[in-house]
Amino acid sequence: MSTFLGMPAARGGSAPDAAAPDTLAGVGRPDDPLHWGASFPDAARTALANQQLRRNLGNATSTIRAKRARVVGEVPDWEELRDAGSALKADVLARLPELLEQLERNVTARGGVVHWARDAAEANRIVADLVRAKGTDEVVKVKSMATQEIGLNEALAEDGIAAVETDLAELIVQLADDMPSHILVPAIHRNRTEIRDIFLERMGDAPPDLTDVPRELAMAARAHLRRKFLSAKVAISGANFAVADTGTLAVVESEGNGRMCLTLPETLITVMGIEKLVPTFDDLEVFLQLLPRSSTGERMNPYTSMWTGVTPGDGPQEFHLVLLDNGRTTVLADEAGRSALHCIRCSACLNVCPVYERVGGHAYGSVYPGPIGAILTPQLTGEKSDLPYASTLCGACYEVCPVKIDIPSILVELRAREVELGGAAPDTSDRVWQAAMKAASFAMADGDRFRRAARVPRVLRAISRHGVIRRLPFPGSLWTRSRDLPEPPRQTFHDWWERRARQARQEDER
Amino acid sequence: MSDARSEILSRVRDALGAAAPTPARIPRAYRPAGEHAAGSDEVLDLLVDRLEDYRAHVHRVTAAGLPGLLADLLGGTPGRVSGRVPGAAPARGARSAVVVPPGLDPAWLAGLADVDVRADTRDAPLAATELDEVGAVVTAARVAVAETGTIVLDGEPDQGRRAISLVPDVHVCVVRTSQVVQTVPEAVRLLDAHPERPLTWISGPSATSDIELDRVEGVHGPRTLHVVLVR
Amino acid sequence: MRIALAATCIADAMFPQAPRAVVTLLERLGHEVVFPPAQACCGQMHVNTGYLADAVPVVRNHVRTFAPVADGEWDAVVVPSGSCTGSIRHQQRMVLERAGLDQEARAATAVAERTYELSELLVDVLGVTDVGAWFPHRVTYHPTCHSLRMLGVGDKPERLLRAVDGLELVPLEQAEGCCGFGGTFSLKNADTSAAMLQDKVGHVVGTGAEVLTAGDWSCLMHIGGGLSRGGTGVRPMHLAEILVSTREAPVVPGERQEVAR
Repeated sequence: MSTFLGMPAARGGSAPDAAAPDTLAGVGRPDDPLHWGASFPDAARTALANQQLRRNLGNATSTIRAKRARVVGEVPDWEELRDAGSALKADVLARLPELLEQLERNVTARGGVVHWARDAAEANRIVADLVRAKGTDEVVKVKSMATQEIGLNEALAEDGIAAVETDLAELIVQLADDMPSHILVPAIHRNRTEIRDIFLERMGDAPPDLTDVPRELAMAARAHLRRKFLSAKVAISGANFAVADTGTLAVVESEGNGRMCLTLPETLITVMGIEKLVPTFDDLEVFLQLLPRSSTGERMNPYTSMWTGVTPGDGPQEFHLVLLDNGRTTVLADEAGRSALHCIRCSACLNVCPVYERVGGHAYGSVYPGPIGAILTPQLTGEKSDLPYASTLCGACYEVCPVKIDIPSILVELRAREVELGGAAPDTSDRVWQAAMKAASFAMADGDRFRRAARVPRVLRAISRHGVIRRLPFPGSLWTRSRDLPEPPRQTFHDWWERRARQARQEDER
Repeated sequence: MSDARSEILSRVRDALGAAAPTPARIPRAYRPAGEHAAGSDEVLDLLVDRLEDYRAHVHRVTAAGLPGLLADLLGGTPGRVSGRVPGAAPARGARSAVVVPPGLDPAWLAGLADVDVRADTRDAPLAATELDEVGAVVTAARVAVAETGTIVLDGEPDQGRRAISLVPDVHVCVVRTSQVVQTVPEAVRLLDAHPERPLTWISGPSATSDIELDRVEGVHGPRTLHVVLVR
Repeated sequence: MRIALAATCIADAMFPQAPRAVVTLLERLGHEVVFPPAQACCGQMHVNTGYLADAVPVVRNHVRTFAPVADGEWDAVVVPSGSCTGSIRHQQRMVLERAGLDQEARAATAVAERTYELSELLVDVLGVTDVGAWFPHRVTYHPTCHSLRMLGVGDKPERLLRAVDGLELVPLEQAEGCCGFGGTFSLKNADTSAAMLQDKVGHVVGTGAEVLTAGDWSCLMHIGGGLSRGGTGVRPMHLAEILVSTREAPVVPGERQEVAR
């Protein structure tokens, strides 16, 4: 199975119908994992038309929401843990230089090698060089958002190195030449039948009588990957946490593929964003309670591995840690937005988001989808983006975030930035919005002006039938395409109040 | 070490800039420990409940009963490795072998006279492919957390290299009841005496929810986990 | 009490029956209601769309208009909208501070501290849950996102509704799910908004209720627009419009009172 660089497969009008076998093919691997595909509104429209996708997502997100609510509900000090988690992450950012240096010292002292990468290209080059030096052309990988973000697999492929994803969902995504659509469950957009078909068509060694029972599918993946685990020379992972005061790294997982990668190969390369630190070993007691319940809705995930440099005689005898910036320092520079770096990638915000639930992850055009993606992606890239508008600001994300990232407020901040960027180089849409907002601002900044403006909708009474307006010209058509507008009243509240006051005065005078 | 290092660190310092946020005081109002003592009946019952929820097999024995139980669980014939995953291929002959870490109490294994018990050490480790031919592993543990149904191994001689508790399909983990604490912070505070040890936190058999978030127990790690609580 | 009413721009122009009901209701409970005519809008739409500079004059006008509450001229400000109350409480100060208007930002905080969403005013400030209403209809309640999560009004609206004589309150499935309005979201992401609306409408219809109520006409306009388009016959009504209904002066769902009573 090889991946290719280049244009993502078409997702728009040319999408094949549901019966065609090539629906198995994913969206392809984009050049930029943080910015690909159509605009959010357009990609969302395509996704919304896919009934299968909406069913898959609806089932999955409602299941995980219920599980999370149950296991969070049984923790009496959940809010206190959130407070501690949030403060710890704020502390990490405030002391980032000193903590990074401390981590480096401790990892090095324990036999690890620390590398620093300013951007994706530099990180990919470091990893490729390390792999090549080991004389192997295949590596096993633990699921990692950082390596998705930098497009590591594609970069390694260009160097003739095959990176084998070993997390079940990442394997599904990789086999289907797809992109992840969820931070935790990258193949959440696929149902069991689609996964069965992907395995049969592309895994190579899937049993021909494979059914779509999840247990059978998991066993097929086990058999497929077993030999690779036992023979791999080099593994690549991300990290959930890095403890500054001990140099300990932690990977949280479920299937045991993580343990296989972190334990059996001779060489381990871990790529980690610079914000993934926690100050002390004891601080893990907070995050190991927050993360599993928030992400998989379990009291604890099946396996968590922690290692500190190299342990002679146990596990990889060569350990490299690549510390990745790739836009994080830009996020850090923004006081209003920097708390996005608190994120521990639990994906609780995706699971509760009413927008994500309906459009899925691919619509966001980034490896970071959902509410956290809508703030993190534009902050990391610094580009103009429609993602800050991909939210109703309903606040469900903030409510569940284990480290209390106020996503709605940051979305508003980022919208303000979009408006500034739009002001500098406006397109037609920007101009329309700017004019409308200017006019509304003028009308709404003064009682008398507002009172006159509030009477304007009354003209629509002329086109109202049976108390409703069913059709308006653009841009009102954006509303009336799927909703009626009630007939505006004869009298505004302002006018009613004045008339009432006048009548009261007249009665007083009599 | 490199240019990138100083550049990233200076970017970080610039980003924090003049308005560098002050290091936060960490509010630690969360529970540092549970209300029940380590090894108490409440804590043990909770652990058992959580482990069974994960589809782990729990056995409660006295020290005197331990060798007999291990013999029952691991006795010679492949068919006797209990807790088999439905649908999994029956173990081949060689897989009736059991691997143990070097520091395991030999008395525990007294009932396994007719079983091929192989010791694995850091100095003379079994290869991964050899471990793959072994049916089961027996280890001790460092600490267990009742609320989360978690057992932690820290690689000491009675627990062994990480690989031995990973590759065999059946893991029998012996936990002394005094090692069972109620909460995660209690376990972390105990482990922080040796943070440099390789730690494996195990909460049930390996599992995945990657297909429609439908949980399937048993993927790459041991598909069967026996936890033996010894009073 | 002397209570100043912030009618909200959308209700003022489109749904004046809601602020009218607030006036009648509070007067019935023995309070004096004042309507400062200089008011227009709280600025929420501008802020949430990212037009912070354009929000400044709107927010300033709101703060100036309601500043007397901080001097004790009125005892409280009431707003028949969860999202506008949320914007007043959580956004106005930020907008003014960013514009360097520190003194007005402080004034905004003082106004916000004395500003209440209707159910908060009734239950927390005035201490009533039974307002003496009569409304013999089957009703379901949508807890709008900002009331629920930004303000945390909890079950106050439902307590008020349960105390209404003759009213049958039926639970709404997935009540806490957003209806998809989100202000300009409904235009910028019209398709996603419509998909969310479709689900909400389905749940509302599933209750068999005659009336859908909420504490915010913006969300009600959205869901009501979907209910109307679907020909469902379910009527959207603001909480205040139900609470104002009595045996003597009953409010009939779907009948708009155009003139002052």
